Amino acid sequence: MSVLEFWASHRAEFGALLVQHLFLVGVSTGVAVALGVPLGILAARRPRLGAPVVWLVNAAQTIPSLAMFGFLLPLPLIGGLGARVAITVLIVYALLPIVRTTIAGIRSVDPALVEAGTALGMTPRQLLRQVQLPLALPSIVAGIRVAAVIGVGTATIAAAVGAGGLGEYIFRGLSMVDPTVILAGAIPSAVLALTLDGGLTLAERAARARLSGGSRRGPWISRLAVAAVLVAGVSMAVVNLGSETPIRVGSKNFTEQVILGELLAQTLEARGVRVERRLNLGGTFICDRAIRGGDIDVYVEYTGTAHTAIFRQPPDTDSRRVFDAVRRRYAEAGLTVLDPLGFENTFAILVRGADAERLNLKTIADAAAHSAAWQAGFGYEFLQRADGYPGLAAVYGLAFRAPPRAMDLSLIYRALADGQVDLVAGDATSGLIDGYELVMLEDNLRYFPPYDAVAIARSATLLAHPAVRDGLAALSGQVSVSDMREMNRAVDSDRRDPADVVRAFLAR
Amino acid sequence: MSEIAFRGVRLTRGDTAVLRGLDLEVQQSETLALVGRSGAGKSTILKLINRLLVPDAGEVVVHGRTADDWDPFDLRRRIGYVLQDVGLFPHLTVRDNVAVVPRLLGWDDARIRSRVDEVLGLVGLPADQFAARSPDQLSGGQRQRVGVARALAADPPILLMDEPFGALDPITRSELHGEFRNIQAAVGKTIVLVTHDMAEALSLATRIGVLSDGVLVALDSPAAIAMSADARVRAMLGPLVEAASALQGGGR
Repeated sequence: MSVLEFWASHRAEFGALLVQHLFLVGVSTGVAVALGVPLGILAARRPRLGAPVVWLVNAAQTIPSLAMFGFLLPLPLIGGLGARVAITVLIVYALLPIVRTTIAGIRSVDPALVEAGTALGMTPRQLLRQVQLPLALPSIVAGIRVAAVIGVGTATIAAAVGAGGLGEYIFRGLSMVDPTVILAGAIPSAVLALTLDGGLTLAERAARARLSGGSRRGPWISRLAVAAVLVAGVSMAVVNLGSETPIRVGSKNFTEQVILGELLAQTLEARGVRVERRLNLGGTFICDRAIRGGDIDVYVEYTGTAHTAIFRQPPDTDSRRVFDAVRRRYAEAGLTVLDPLGFENTFAILVRGADAERLNLKTIADAAAHSAAWQAGFGYEFLQRADGYPGLAAVYGLAFRAPPRAMDLSLIYRALADGQVDLVAGDATSGLIDGYELVMLEDNLRYFPPYDAVAIARSATLLAHPAVRDGLAALSGQVSVSDMREMNRAVDSDRRDPADVVRAFLAR
Repeated sequence: MSEIAFRGVRLTRGDTAVLRGLDLEVQQSETLALVGRSGAGKSTILKLINRLLVPDAGEVVVHGRTADDWDPFDLRRRIGYVLQDVGLFPHLTVRDNVAVVPRLLGWDDARIRSRVDEVLGLVGLPADQFAARSPDQLSGGQRQRVGVARALAADPPILLMDEPFGALDPITRSELHGEFRNIQAAVGKTIVLVTHDMAEALSLATRIGVLSDGVLVALDSPAAIAMSADARVRAMLGPLVEAASALQGGGR
């Protein structure tokens, strides 16, 4: 599917995301101007008062954006998910260029002109409004331009906290390893950045043209820089895999997967195999692509996921049949499916324990009756996958108050517990289910296919390294559902290191 | 009557005394030129008059009130000021530059408009040709004229001029000297003019004060200054002695 076809088929959604993106950038840049210009003026005129302001703004800029989202999420008022956090982060990033250029603009005003204004009888306020600000304007506009362009880029990360925007396509594309979807978000955000840059360059030029031939340095340089940053960002996110030699163990990017990756790694290490850990790779499609491309040698997959998401087969509820089908298809690709580890991790449709008790909810069918008043939250993959939300909604007749919110998996349990959303799809083995007093609804219509955890390995690797084959085979049937939940809880709730948890498990 | 008076004014900047006890009266409608080397304290005297600087000791009296008594902004709007490097605002047109002080005084638009036209005419820059231009579309001499027009716009009784012709080529300068005398005759302001150029002082002023190391060493008519026997005055005259006598001989 080409990008154009993708846009055509997602027209309404694309429009909404674009509007959200513009809203995030517009509001945050506007607020940053309202805060930053006065701060810059203060700092320029009262250096002693202004120095700490500039220091703070500088320091804030050095915090990586993802980390800043993390800091802000638990805070009251600005915390929680969605646009509020995103706008706060964007404001913090927009402040620096605006404060800086305001200070530089005001300081660069010829002192002779300031003296002239004073000598003519201007009060400090009149001097500021009639002389200093108009002369600093081109510089301030340049700062706003930089802030807006940075904002367009940073706003793509806002999708990670459910604020929407074009980043949603980028994240969705990354977790599906579908460049088309990545481009569907990356191209318009680049175009948006360049358009804003161009428009504000014209504004800056107009502001400068009113002044005597002040030099205006390269819009080309800044445009090139913007393009370079975008290209670098996308390619770093997409590539970032790697090279050769030891046995490389991969995992997807959630707790259970990291634990299972650790489990494979330590089991192999115990047999004297040198292991390289490539944990937290991303979603299903990234791991699948990595193992087919030889970037990893082994990782744990779930049979149902492989069946429907990777091989695009219609959901099947017979676990044996699914296992056999998956094993055969993997074999064609030179991959070996080992015997199941012993537990099944199905999707868990979760609600708050309090709601379940009050409304007497036991099954997903029970919940469907209340869905019209609810807001749902799902991971990007679940929203997109055939065995995810679309089928679930059809089978159970779910119709929510608003389109489900797209969220990062790591945030979804908390969002439900905090009342941001009323129903989510999580992992049946998550330790957070008990930790947050959530209740898993029974899949009474048997919609979700079986999700037995199995190790998938490159057949060539198994042939070349008998120790690897023996080690992986020994894990068969060793991990029960309660084992898995316990390990998940130890990591998620007790904050223990996955490596330690696995070490303890293997030492039983 | 005296329009401006300095009584025992001292001013120290850091460790160096800029003025060491200055006594000076400026009479209404006279043109007083203050001459001295750079750093002699000439510009300082102007800044004390419009309270850009405050004396460490002594008092400065303007219009019969000590400078401390004045609201500084009000005082400055009543004193025209032509700066050394003109200081036209590059983001404003000629018209808006000239209109700065009338606007600060809250004049209505029609009055400002006609006044700007009038003073631009006075300095030889017809409003219909020049008012809409921006300062960077003017020659150095034209910019200096706009500076004078701006100082005259609110019709202040006092005009302070700090090296107003310093940066101009000799031909433009002598042209502007002519204009200056015309304006002087037309408006009858009390003018304090600072220059390091004795020839300029001799040709424009009605009285000349010579400053040396923060002290007023001579204060007299141009003719008397030109003939002075005081060594410090003669040092300022230097190579101009002949030019000065020639001027006198010319019977201006």
